[in-house]
Amino acid sequence: MRYLEEFSDPALARGLLDDIRAAVTRPWALMEVCGGQTHTIIRHGIDQLLPEGIELIHGPGCPVCVTPLEIIDKALEIAARPGVIFCSFGDMLRVPGSDRDLFRVRSEGGDVRVVYSPLDALRIARENPDREVVFFGIGFETTAPPNAMTVHQARRHGIRNFSMLVSHVRVPPAIEAVMTSPDCRVQGFLAAGHVCSVMGVDEYPELAARHRVPIVVTGFEPLDILEGIRRTVRQLERGEHTVDNAYPRAVRPEGNPAARAMLADVFEVTDRAWRGIGTIPRSGWRLSPRYREQDAEHRFDVAGISTREPERCRSGEVLQGLLKPNQCEAFGGECTPRTPLGATMVSSEGACAAYYLYRRLGAPATPQEATPVV
Amino acid sequence: MCLAVPGRVVEIAERDGTRMAVVDFGGVVKDVCLEYLPDLAVGEYAIVHVGFALQRLDEESARRTLALFAELGLLQEEFGDPWEAAADAGPRGEAKP
Amino acid sequence: MSDADTLTTIAPDPSGWTCPAPLRDSPRVVMGHGGGGALSAELVENVFLPAFGGRTLAALGDSAALSLGGARLAFSTDSFVVRPLFFPGGCIGDLAVNGTVNDLAMSGARAAYLSCAFILEEGVETSVVGRIAGALGDAARAAGVEVVTGDTKVVESGRGDGVYVNTAGIGLIPPGVDIRPQRARPGDVVLLSGEIGLHGVAVMSMRQGLEFGVEIESDCAALGGLVDAMLAVTPDLHVLRDPTRGGLAAALNEIAAAAGAGVVVDERAVPVPPQVASACAVLGLDPMYVANEGKLVAFVPREHADGVLAAMRAHPLGAAAAVIGACVPDHPGMVVARTAFGGTRVVDLPLGEQLPRIC
Repeated sequence: MRYLEEFSDPALARGLLDDIRAAVTRPWALMEVCGGQTHTIIRHGIDQLLPEGIELIHGPGCPVCVTPLEIIDKALEIAARPGVIFCSFGDMLRVPGSDRDLFRVRSEGGDVRVVYSPLDALRIARENPDREVVFFGIGFETTAPPNAMTVHQARRHGIRNFSMLVSHVRVPPAIEAVMTSPDCRVQGFLAAGHVCSVMGVDEYPELAARHRVPIVVTGFEPLDILEGIRRTVRQLERGEHTVDNAYPRAVRPEGNPAARAMLADVFEVTDRAWRGIGTIPRSGWRLSPRYREQDAEHRFDVAGISTREPERCRSGEVLQGLLKPNQCEAFGGECTPRTPLGATMVSSEGACAAYYLYRRLGAPATPQEATPVV
Repeated sequence: MCLAVPGRVVEIAERDGTRMAVVDFGGVVKDVCLEYLPDLAVGEYAIVHVGFALQRLDEESARRTLALFAELGLLQEEFGDPWEAAADAGPRGEAKP
Repeated sequence: MSDADTLTTIAPDPSGWTCPAPLRDSPRVVMGHGGGGALSAELVENVFLPAFGGRTLAALGDSAALSLGGARLAFSTDSFVVRPLFFPGGCIGDLAVNGTVNDLAMSGARAAYLSCAFILEEGVETSVVGRIAGALGDAARAAGVEVVTGDTKVVESGRGDGVYVNTAGIGLIPPGVDIRPQRARPGDVVLLSGEIGLHGVAVMSMRQGLEFGVEIESDCAALGGLVDAMLAVTPDLHVLRDPTRGGLAAALNEIAAAAGAGVVVDERAVPVPPQVASACAVLGLDPMYVANEGKLVAFVPREHADGVLAAMRAHPLGAAAAVIGACVPDHPGMVVARTAFGGTRVVDLPLGEQLPRIC
């Protein structure tokens, strides 16, 4: 068992698809929350295989894409300072701020480095004691524990030249925000499996009950996605709305207690703006006051930078399935994958970016609208 | 957020007071922090994200899931499979090389 | 630049183009401008082509096809800035030979002569230069090409990256051979000479910040012999391209764009070694976008496809060759992959360098 190829075997997809097809009696709109799941869906063309009537509304994309413009601008400002080594996950480098991105800062002389792990940034800080090393700590609940551990270790080992620019986001408040929107079309959620690997599932039953919406914890391989859809559709057809775990090999009800304890120590919950969507109450984490020394916003005094999200961006409506991307006035002109306004165009899997790419194919403007196999 | 990949623990060692492991991802080997899964043992699999093991993978439930998928496929075979022909034709005519 | 010959008559006439246009959103060069993707193409189109002019250049092949004194020559140059200098399966020396030899081979030419220029950084050990020169010489002999002229410059410490190498090469194009991206036609069969992603993953495994252990070697190799074997089946190969920077995805997109045709790839048919698949899974990369240095993709008329495939498989560098797709009249300029699940996806031209991602 390698837990990988076994779950992307096309031969096994057939039974799952047939079972979904047998269950569906009417149209349903499901949202996959996580950009990683959207990636799998587009990468393998899974949405084209689903029966007609099953609509997948792509969720807020990845946390990289929802990172608010203001934080990106702060990152760009810090990264451009002399003496700073600015470390980031690779996908953050291309995300544009108000007038440039990290690539451009690098071309202008900034020392911007791609790392695989936040611990790599901490190592760079150890190796360069005369430089300020800043790590761009973004991500959902999955990435927050590695970042929390890194901040914790920096303090424990007294690595004074290390700090972190933190902009973490949390999934449950995002689900809440989608569901409380007056015109919400989402009828079921595929919850992000790896978020639940860390956090467990105890935040979800209350959401599922209050909004009468099934929430199925779903993995990331193609068969996992199909199984998540299958279980969600089965619940919808039966009129149920419970929390179900379709990814039990990696998700325990309690999550990872050690990681949750570290999160509680290092971070505190805060309101957070989502790019192109707006502020969602209590949807983020920031460093707790105990870690003020490690907080790059504090150390580099960038609190004065404030950037408003562009009003022209309607990605919030796109995310809720209320608006097709090409119905937005900015689409394709002002807003393109090269010059994105909001999260859904920043991410290559975002609904707007996918629309932009696929419309060149001709008749079926998006994968969702492609003629289903059956 | 979610680029987390299953890997198998090959070797465990303390480094700078941190519990670290060498993890094999199908022929690719990387250092991984075990602080969040301190009792993970050599030979076990875990979900790894940005250099951290975040959750142990449970072989028993993985097998149960795969068995369920296989069962759904068999069930369908009994009733005949209208999907096969359609799938072979491709989602759109032009897509067939 | 020589006068255009008959090979390049369908290329656009750059004399009508305007002055170098400012790059849309990049006042300075970023790494992506060297990544072989959309940014590289923009730099060439907006800055170099208008400045240089010349119909031959405008054909934008891997090498230029020239008529000179009655002979048909292929001429190409390439600079090598790989880091680290030594990587599993090769070093900058053999890469510098094979890269240029392969660019020539992609027009059907057998490389005859190479030039070689070194830019050395002050402080680099002479033994390192010696090892690189040795590898370069060995590779040239193996490829049957002679290094006939060269140059050395030294830059101050901190102003170079150890060793940069530039090579240029010329070779003869056999009579009756006209291989260029514009000749891809709907109906052509797309062949790939072997497993993808080996070079890119081998180099990435040693890059600072990403280091990982993997038992894999670069596929760095000279493809002249393989191309000869293919041409022995038919001189009527339409397109050859070595999928280096930007990988198979960039090569196919360039061909689709140049020919104004669509390309459909059967993803299951593209050979991806398990370690490459694993490395890509860990880093969040797509093997289709990872660099190769010893592979070629060929567009071949359907009636010759079986024969060419057999000739490739009979050659050591084409043992794992496969039919991976076809050229189609639909979606001109676009590459579409048919997935193992029966869905389709657009394989877009990469923007610049591929970066590891977390989501």
